[in-house]
Amino acid sequence: MSWHAAPAEAWRALGANRLRTGLTMLGMIIGVGAVVLMLAVGEGARSTVTQAINEMGSELLLVSPGTSSSGGLRLSSGTASTLTLKDAEAMTQLPTLSAVAPVFYSGAQLAYGPRNWNTTVYGVTPDYLLVRSWNLESGQPFMISDVLRSTRVALIGQQIVQSLFGDQDPLGQTIRIKNLPFRVIGVLERKGQSLDGRDQDDVVLVPINTAQTKLFGNLFPGTVRFITVQARSMGHMEDAEADITQLLRNRHRLAEGVESDFTIRDLTAVAETAAQSAQAMTVMLGAIASVSLLVGGIGIMNIMLVSVTERTREIGIRMAIGARRRDILLQFLLEALLLCVLGGLVGTLMGIGGAWLVSGLAEMTVIVTSSSIALSFLFAASTGVFFGFYPARKAALLKPVEALRHE
Amino acid sequence: MSSLRIPLSPSASFPLAGKRDESSPLIQVAGLCKHYPLVGGGTTPVLHDIHLAVAPGEFVALMGPSGSGKSTFMNILGCLDVPNAGEYQLAGQSVAQMDHNELAVLRNRQMGFVFQGFNLLQRSSIAENVALPLLYAGIGKAERRQRAHELLEQVGLVHRAEARPNQLSGGQQQRVAIARALANRPPLILADEPTGNLDTQTSGEIMALFNRLNVEQGITLLLVTHEPDIARYARRLVRFKDGRIVHDGEVNV
Repeated sequence: MSWHAAPAEAWRALGANRLRTGLTMLGMIIGVGAVVLMLAVGEGARSTVTQAINEMGSELLLVSPGTSSSGGLRLSSGTASTLTLKDAEAMTQLPTLSAVAPVFYSGAQLAYGPRNWNTTVYGVTPDYLLVRSWNLESGQPFMISDVLRSTRVALIGQQIVQSLFGDQDPLGQTIRIKNLPFRVIGVLERKGQSLDGRDQDDVVLVPINTAQTKLFGNLFPGTVRFITVQARSMGHMEDAEADITQLLRNRHRLAEGVESDFTIRDLTAVAETAAQSAQAMTVMLGAIASVSLLVGGIGIMNIMLVSVTERTREIGIRMAIGARRRDILLQFLLEALLLCVLGGLVGTLMGIGGAWLVSGLAEMTVIVTSSSIALSFLFAASTGVFFGFYPARKAALLKPVEALRHE
Repeated sequence: MSSLRIPLSPSASFPLAGKRDESSPLIQVAGLCKHYPLVGGGTTPVLHDIHLAVAPGEFVALMGPSGSGKSTFMNILGCLDVPNAGEYQLAGQSVAQMDHNELAVLRNRQMGFVFQGFNLLQRSSIAENVALPLLYAGIGKAERRQRAHELLEQVGLVHRAEARPNQLSGGQQQRVAIARALANRPPLILADEPTGNLDTQTSGEIMALFNRLNVEQGITLLLVTHEPDIARYARRLVRFKDGRIVHDGEVNV
């Protein structure tokens, strides 16, 4: 049979029993729709994580002080005050690092006019914005000179703008942090939630020296809470970690065999774990949805088997007037394929619609990618061929004389 | 013309229909046996040692009581069934050595079937039914349509080309089936009780059509029938009884 005549025949055969065709197709529609929707949900989750990673900054190492002990009782990590600004300064000499950002933070009460707000104030250096890949929405960042001179300037996050200023332009205004006046010189871009769910926009950045000397009385002058450093590239991460360890152990005069009084964590690794788990979720959701596609495929095989039995006589007639086995095979295979492709088409539309609904109702990030559509379509078509092959083969192998005799 | 060639193009007319000498038959059957296996072992014989030769252009009626093996014989001649033993040559080609694909091509090009129950595809239009053998012969759409039109003209049903089979009377349906059988211009038509479901007058019309095809186009006709009136249209009668040929000669009914 010529290739262009066969689809028309298949179309007519499917049209002959519309209810049955529709119900069979429903299995495919649900299967493909579920796959498209689940992949969209998974992809959405993955992109949320990826976005969070990008906003966190990449190639980051977090150096925090070791644990302190109080009467033999170990306290949590970061409680000791062993890292200093001098340590951070020394680190800037390391060739494996591109940026070093020491941080000293504490909670503080803010006030502007009649409004006030409680937030975390970070004492940082200009490098901090670099390592966090954080841009300003408006205004200017502070300079290293501001750090050295302990000027009272502040960069504020979006949440602070909203809480203290409302619709007013905060640039150039003076806010009070622990009753000390600070001039707002810049507004930070919106960052959203961090991977652990903190609101990253609820923050005030001030020069680190200002924070240490003027804002928060410091028990051990010059110490910092942690140092965020950025390696020169992904490939330099391990070298950077080794360099920092060596440098700090030297500076802290730690003898061989003595435990380090600081810890270094690879933030990218943490983020990658999150990305991997999101990826795993995508695969798992897709796999679950595939089961319904499989069930739909079995439905198609079932119906095609019934169809072959019902149309045995037709097959006999076709064979008598010259249909070869491959003509019959092609005819039934095409019917199954058509069922799947049409079902796949409607299912894809349903999946996209479902994704749109989910993103609207559940306020989730849902992303329908063209590759997920292509994948489910391919899956639907191969389901058609796979499950259509057995019935089609059964039809093709019928003996003409027996098929013709069939009532 | 010493060797017999099967035309590659179905639209080329069969060069030998009706014009061949008696010495090279269209159908040559020798020592043909057929038996069916029985449930629980053993076999039941249907055809014993059949010898038959049919020359091009002959009009042969096959008669015999039910179970005499005439339908099985027709199925073997039509390449729908295979014999257990014996030789069958169609147009000089040995059918026994052919695989199912070659048999399908043979059914498509060398013969047309007309059945008692018409066997038209109910979902397809009359024109599509007639053009179906052309579809399997790989002929293009435009030519299929034109040829179907010619064929329907030949059987006087052009005006019903777009109708469905169940909208036609029995006689009309059988004429459609005959048009379909003629689609690839085969040299041979096998008809299995073609008038079995028709009244006397319609039967007469169908037989007249067969007769015309035989006389005017030289198409070889083999016809299975129960009715002596129908057999009388033929010019040779072969009688079956208990799986053997008991009469082969003039029509004496």
